[in-house]
Amino acid sequence: MAISEHVNGGTNTRKSMPSSSALKPDLLNKLSFKTLKLKTKQQELLIRVSILCLVYVLAFITRLFSVLRYESMIHEFDPYFNYRTTLFLTEKGFYDFWNWFDSESWYPLGRIIGGTLYPGLMVTAALIYWALRFLRFAVHIREVCVLTAPFFASNTTIVAYLFGKEIWDTGAGLVAAALIAICPGYISRSVAGSYDNEGVAIFALLLTFYLFVKAVNTGSLAWALASAFGYFYMVSAWGGYVFIINLVPLYVLVLLITGRYSMRLYVAYNCMYVVGMLLAMQIRFVGFQHVQSGEHMAAMGVFFLMQVFYFLDWVKHLLSDTKMFQAFLRITVTCAVGVGAVALGVGTASGYISPWTGRFYSLLDPTYAKDHIPIIASVSEHQPTAWSSFMFDFHILLFLFPAGLYFCFKRLSDATIFIVMYGLTSMYFAGVMVRLILVATPAVCLISAIAVSATIKNLTQLVRAKNKVPQTGSTKGASSAKGSSKGSIDQSQPFQRNGAAALLFGAFYLLSKYATHCTWVTSEAYSSPSIVLAARGAHGNRVIFDDYREAYFWLRQNTPPDAKVMSWWDYGYQITAMGNRTVIVDNNTWNNTHIATVGRAMSSYEDEAYEIMRSLDVDYVLVVFGGVTGYSSDDINKFLWMVRIGGGVFPVIKEPDYLVNGEYRVDKGAAPKMLNCLMYKLSYYRFGELTTEYGKPPGYDRARGVEIGNKDIKLEYLEEAFTTSNWIVRIYKVKPPNNRW
Amino acid sequence: MVKPSSSSSSTSQDALALINSLRSAYSATPTTLKIIDLYVGFAVSTAIIQVVYMALVGSFPFNSFLSGILSCIGTAVLAVCLRIQVNKENKEFKDLAPERAFADFVLCNLVLHLVIMNFLG
Repeated sequence: MAISEHVNGGTNTRKSMPSSSALKPDLLNKLSFKTLKLKTKQQELLIRVSILCLVYVLAFITRLFSVLRYESMIHEFDPYFNYRTTLFLTEKGFYDFWNWFDSESWYPLGRIIGGTLYPGLMVTAALIYWALRFLRFAVHIREVCVLTAPFFASNTTIVAYLFGKEIWDTGAGLVAAALIAICPGYISRSVAGSYDNEGVAIFALLLTFYLFVKAVNTGSLAWALASAFGYFYMVSAWGGYVFIINLVPLYVLVLLITGRYSMRLYVAYNCMYVVGMLLAMQIRFVGFQHVQSGEHMAAMGVFFLMQVFYFLDWVKHLLSDTKMFQAFLRITVTCAVGVGAVALGVGTASGYISPWTGRFYSLLDPTYAKDHIPIIASVSEHQPTAWSSFMFDFHILLFLFPAGLYFCFKRLSDATIFIVMYGLTSMYFAGVMVRLILVATPAVCLISAIAVSATIKNLTQLVRAKNKVPQTGSTKGASSAKGSSKGSIDQSQPFQRNGAAALLFGAFYLLSKYATHCTWVTSEAYSSPSIVLAARGAHGNRVIFDDYREAYFWLRQNTPPDAKVMSWWDYGYQITAMGNRTVIVDNNTWNNTHIATVGRAMSSYEDEAYEIMRSLDVDYVLVVFGGVTGYSSDDINKFLWMVRIGGGVFPVIKEPDYLVNGEYRVDKGAAPKMLNCLMYKLSYYRFGELTTEYGKPPGYDRARGVEIGNKDIKLEYLEEAFTTSNWIVRIYKVKPPNNRW
Repeated sequence: MVKPSSSSSSTSQDALALINSLRSAYSATPTTLKIIDLYVGFAVSTAIIQVVYMALVGSFPFNSFLSGILSCIGTAVLAVCLRIQVNKENKEFKDLAPERAFADFVLCNLVLHLVIMNFLG
């Protein structure tokens, strides 16, 4: 990638050689040299553009594994909600979408969807859909939703190129584009069908940062305004915008402290902050948070600090007497700090500025969520990251990252400081939460790209230097203009060129390994929709378990339209989107008590649970069970979280009741309460009659590898309504109360 | 800027000298910049008046209050940015034409006030 440029540069000098050695008249020589140079520039442009086009296409097609393997479908949990809302938006229009009160979820509370979601993704998809419709492409909205994330991943590569160009050079930009196109950390959230906020948000994040750095470099109001719009788009798309609104002030603060304050910085930050904040307030879900919540106060503080700083700078400029300025400085700083502290203290004490939220705390202190908020800790993507997943998602970038940091520090500028800070902070957050690897990925790619590009540039210069040696005098000007002192290499190192060539070869080897690794990870790990499960059969053939959709389709076809379905919150979005039925709780975990009520029902005895279900008007109960297929992320394995979340609100539920000597088990040695709670009964009802594996007793649970403890399950208040072909989803009907006579 | 009266005479003298020298230094500023300064001062004083009004009456339509004060602050900040960019003494902006700076300024103000109109409620 970066190499192309240098190879090109090489052709440049080589082509100019014959013209100079031909001993033609001076004028003609110059002329031909110039025309040739223009031509190589054009060639360089051509190669650069074609590389970018290839990368653009590559970023798109590498994300299509899931469509080829399965079909064009929406993946996982949250994307189903996004799909449902997008469908609503395209059918009913923006106004109805904005004012949508959804009575199909969180029964009986309902949810104000228009005011509690980030509409950026849906509006983007709807705009693409309308644009395609306008151009007479009769696409279905589902195809648009499926392909939105890959499309935006492609756009991200372009932004990465521009960003790399801004902070280093075009070579680094090209490498960054190529790296980010296939980086697994990003692919994990942007494969086709993964129709989630992050797919669009990473594009917006990188765009905002790029535009901001551009604004800082140029000091132009127009770029600052553009970055404000980028920020607006980011705010409309994802809650991760808090990262931007904290990183940018931090960056400004670091520049102030290190004495790199400049007028350009003032222009860029203030314009971006004021306009960006105002724009962000137009998103109803964010609302007044920019002036009220503690998470956004850093930006405001830095904003005022900038004003004070600018004012002081100005006064210093006016005053020639330094002593007088010292006195002035003392007074002003004391006043400013005093006023700021009083304002913050009053604001916090009066409750005007809300304290930091739990999610924010759990970022700063990784153990916070585990102790205080089980609902956050229960989500697997909120767990601290293991080393292996860093390696899995970044591969060689993990090693190139420090090297890139070295290069950045070697050539420190406002832009490289920004990327260093972005890289370091996001790396920390990636270590705290698995899902935040996504945020770190662009920074890691960019910094690694700097390392790759700078290294290869140096190496190619070494390799090329030998060729030039015979005619040093003539073309030295051209080569030394290229930058470093590597052009004047002493002849006394015979292996230098070979060594450089070997290192170049090594670099290519590593990069090609990276490419194969990325492709492998994409195809093996990140392209499964998780709504359709695939396994290898006994003969190596592929077995598809399509039980989820089977169950949701059954719900849609066989239950009354106003039926209420109770399930654990993981499946709420899918049930409303695919089954079109009302759910009690869903993946938007805004009401912890409601979720705890469901958790309590699941972990109570059947008669107690019946009372709770009656009070919630539940008609059907849906559980996910993997005992037959060996599917391990089923409700029995999630059950302890239900107990914990339920117990967090209702102290009657106690976790030790379900454990034996601190051990969670479902076989004969399980706790008696465990063996008779609703979840156990619903999961294992009639399972005792079934032989799942040859040579094992009936009732052998393949997901946990044990024979279950309670084979004779009788249901009193519920009856089995439907069980899918592989028993993955089981639906029970809640019986009406008995007649009194 | 006036400190409590412990070391009153010397401090007040200092402050006086400070103000005098500031005034004399400021009088050398070009007129165009002075006009911008006046504009900034007007915007800031409007913002202060709004804050005082909010403190007295209350901030009930919070969006209206916010849009009012942010329009003032935004105007002031943008004008300061313009001042920075057209100031001949700032070497960082040598190659930025004043016309371009003014066009950017107008564009930003346009966006700012369109958003504020939407937000006013």
